[in-house]
Amino acid sequence: MTYRVIGVIAYLLLAPLLGGLLNGLDRKISARMQGRIGPSILQPFYDVRKLFSKQFIIVNPAQTFLILSYVLTLVFTGCMFFAGSDLLLCFFVLSTGATFLMFAACVTNSPYSNLGASRELVQIMSYEPAVLLTCVGFYLATGSFNVSDIIQSKMSAIFMTPGFFAAFVFILTIKMRKSPFDLSTSHHPHQEMVKGVTTEMGADNLALFQLSEWYETVFLMGVVGLFFINENPWSYLVAILAILAVYFLEILIDNTSARVKWDTMLKLAWGVTLFAAGTNLIILMIAR
Amino acid sequence: MGNVKRSPWLLHYDGSSCNGCDIEVLACLTPVYDVERFGVINTGDPMQADIFLITGGINTQNQAVVKQLYDQMPKPKVVVAVGVCACTGGVFKDCYNILGGVDTTIPVDIYVPGCAARPQAIIDGVVKAVELFQKRSDEMEQKKKESRKEQK
Repeated sequence: MTYRVIGVIAYLLLAPLLGGLLNGLDRKISARMQGRIGPSILQPFYDVRKLFSKQFIIVNPAQTFLILSYVLTLVFTGCMFFAGSDLLLCFFVLSTGATFLMFAACVTNSPYSNLGASRELVQIMSYEPAVLLTCVGFYLATGSFNVSDIIQSKMSAIFMTPGFFAAFVFILTIKMRKSPFDLSTSHHPHQEMVKGVTTEMGADNLALFQLSEWYETVFLMGVVGLFFINENPWSYLVAILAILAVYFLEILIDNTSARVKWDTMLKLAWGVTLFAAGTNLIILMIAR
Repeated sequence: MGNVKRSPWLLHYDGSSCNGCDIEVLACLTPVYDVERFGVINTGDPMQADIFLITGGINTQNQAVVKQLYDQMPKPKVVVAVGVCACTGGVFKDCYNILGGVDTTIPVDIYVPGCAARPQAIIDGVVKAVELFQKRSDEMEQKKKESRKEQK
């Protein structure tokens, strides 16, 4: 029980810190890849600090409520995960949160944020099968959906589920809204749909959105780490190295690819999910 | 007092310029000048911008657009006119449709001269704008505190 409470408190306090640092690292490494010096690693914190001090202009007051719901559901997801609760439930709550973000984008009536919201919907459709199959993979490998049981298993889940891991890392690019799948919120330099879902979010609301991104990143990286953790304490070190490697891979993909259309994204995501996770699933079912 | 000058986000709008200044503005983002090291982001969204950077003069058609963009930006905000056309109307000054510089429509804080304005001059203007942005932000927070005291 105490472990669970410690996990939740550590997540609540450290996740924004870690997520912000990872985001800053992302911007720094991206800049270096493009031959620039880049901003300080603490830049995301400066941005959020500034956003909280700006004048709060809002088109529809319902947006604040929806954004708050989005943040709370995300934080709740992470808390459940780090408390060692049911993985399946974590992802269901996460999907609920994603719909709040879509509504927050829709209520303002801006064509850009509406376009972003509909693209966000396609993104959810693309990554959801892989996310659910990942949970199934964990169950087949360890015999439980509970995070607390998975980390107690004798062997890391990755040995039984490399296909599920590949599919999960693939959809991570969609989930983190990185190029080539940054359809719903484009990066700053690409302004053909302004900022997608966050177009009509300014000041406090954008800062909250940024915070939620950090919470989400830490949660997703936690799931990546879960593939590597077993009862041996040294496996935590392996998990951290794996998380850093996956994060670097995401930055590399982000910087070396151009955006694709939504139908390409859907076909690619479902194709990779069906092939990698599907093959893995069939092998595991036969081997049982 | 919060430190906001580390994170100035720019909104870049092209009035009726010849695109010379725009290319120089974008050159500031390239590896040679890299303004992102100051935390500058070239955003396309007025609701998220702090500094309004305009190139080119104001004509009868874009006057309403510039006003609209300025009004959509949350306070504190700073306006920078880049290039001689944005400052006074430049070579287009006597055209039938040109109203003049940006200050005919919205209050301009920083004028960056040049035709086209050099990246160094633009960065210099932005750095001045960032200082002004910090000053206005401090003033706004001061006002907020005073009004809270009055309420008590």
